[in-house]
Amino acid sequence: MSSLSPDLETPVIAVRDLRMSYGDHVVLDGVDFEARPGEVLALLGPNGAGKSTTIEILEGFRRRSDGQVSVLGVDPISADDAWRARLGIVQQSWRDHGRWRVRQLLDHLGAFYRPFSAPDRIRPMDVDDLLARVGLQHHADQKVGSLSGGQRRKLDVAIGLIGRPDLLFLDEPTTGFDPQARREFHDVVHRLADLERTTVLLTTHDLDEAEKLADRILILAGGRIVAHGSAAQLSREVEGRTEVRWSRDGEHFVHATEDATSFVRQLFEQYGAAIGDLEVRRSTLEDTYMALVQRFETEPTRAVPGLEVVR
Amino acid sequence: MTSATDPTPPDPMFNAVRLGLRRGAIEMMQSLTTRADQIWIVLLNGIFIAVLVFQRDSDLGGTGLSLAGATLPGLIGMNIVMGGWMGTAQLLAVEREDGTLLRAKSTPHGMLAYVVARVTLAVLNTALGLVIFVGAGLFLLPGLTDVPISGWLMLLAVFVLGMLATMPWGAVVGASVKSSSASFGLSFLPMVLLVTISGIFYPITGMPDWLHPIAQVFPVYWLGAGMREALLPDAAAAAELGGQFHTLTMFGVLGAYAVIGMIVAPRVLRAMARKESGSAVESRKAKALQGWG
Repeated sequence: MSSLSPDLETPVIAVRDLRMSYGDHVVLDGVDFEARPGEVLALLGPNGAGKSTTIEILEGFRRRSDGQVSVLGVDPISADDAWRARLGIVQQSWRDHGRWRVRQLLDHLGAFYRPFSAPDRIRPMDVDDLLARVGLQHHADQKVGSLSGGQRRKLDVAIGLIGRPDLLFLDEPTTGFDPQARREFHDVVHRLADLERTTVLLTTHDLDEAEKLADRILILAGGRIVAHGSAAQLSREVEGRTEVRWSRDGEHFVHATEDATSFVRQLFEQYGAAIGDLEVRRSTLEDTYMALVQRFETEPTRAVPGLEVVR
Repeated sequence: MTSATDPTPPDPMFNAVRLGLRRGAIEMMQSLTTRADQIWIVLLNGIFIAVLVFQRDSDLGGTGLSLAGATLPGLIGMNIVMGGWMGTAQLLAVEREDGTLLRAKSTPHGMLAYVVARVTLAVLNTALGLVIFVGAGLFLLPGLTDVPISGWLMLLAVFVLGMLATMPWGAVVGASVKSSSASFGLSFLPMVLLVTISGIFYPITGMPDWLHPIAQVFPVYWLGAGMREALLPDAAAAAELGGQFHTLTMFGVLGAYAVIGMIVAPRVLRAMARKESGSAVESRKAKALQGWG
């Protein structure tokens, strides 16, 4: 869901030249990006690329080494509880509150947001409505500790949403999910971004997930954003090469080209019916991603001019 | 209770304190309705009450009083150390590990409510032990019905001061350790050691002299002594060090632990809370799993 006039709105997240290092170990080496209201943004990168560090800095849980960060118009490091009331946070490893019942826990945690309610944004959300939205309506009276992994994660999302946040952080939301649970979870994220005008920043190392959920993908590698854009933009423009395979007289050929259509046209003009086994394979986002990540992991300092996809 | 239509939202801090109290009460109810906790409560207190039964006919250091009569106040004092120091250390370490603390940190004024809830639960748990021991004592020890009202008031004063003296230090241990098993070791073992040398189950005068000053540095001894003074007749003083109760020193030592603890603990807790993050929880979980494997 992209907003219609993004330039007129102030960004929900604005990060400029964000740097983070532990001693000599540089984790973030000048990260820049923005998130606009209602946008679903995926921070994609291999393990250890600095995704969690970035999100923890934005959540106000970690002090950055350098750079400017603004979240909902405030620097997270000096933010107060009224600011915190506007955030929803879903971490990957909650195991807490096993003895509480689902509804009881949501009631309790929701009550913290009541002082921060506003006429245009009623806090907390209605618990029954929320349970239905994440698909836990039949588990309201179950103990949290007895939920399955997928149900538990839905509860975590519900807790992240209970305060009707302006901004939701999802850190590696589907790690360890089976395909069914993963699809259900994706549906939940789609619904909430559409209904609540909630900006979502999610981290993932799963490309497929980024592609399914996000309006825009930021690829983080070697401590920098090495590419960003929609999934289609990234696969089209970043690498832009298409592989064409065919056979002629029992011989097989492969050719990589920028313009597959005209190449194939020429091929047929030249050989006509002699061409068999034609296969045109556009490089997938995965190819792009793997290529980018590999390049940055082996040569992190190399500048790559013209790589970024600017919207 | 604020209704949804209430036009004035509650004050956030007051709201959080109220929610912390409610949270402590909810957790107490959950504990009382959980089978594992029920078994633990029955087993542990059963053992202590059995000790009282066996000691009923023994003599307290030649005073003509029942040894069980002196052990009961000792148990009440020890129970405060268990609830205030060990319970707090253990729960804090466990809840850092499972993410409860991070959850509190992610919630507006959640840390305030968390601290209030921990205090509430520790006080309720310790009070439950107190009620069990006093109840058992009323059945087993006829002398307890003769305790004057001033004795019960003193018990209450030592109880409150004891909680204040032990909880902050439990929090310091729970906030400093790397894992919940380390917290258990660092809180349970010292406690067993101190209980052994502090004259809880038999008069301290029976221990070697060089152990007395060591025991007197720690609150365990003074909580036992304070409770004995509250519940025993004056004649029982003969079994104490120097043949008398040391009321002022007792309040002084416990008071010092309380004051220093309440200066130190908030700093340690704040430092711990600052460091708490998703990756911190994650790495502790990874270590814990390694430990199991």
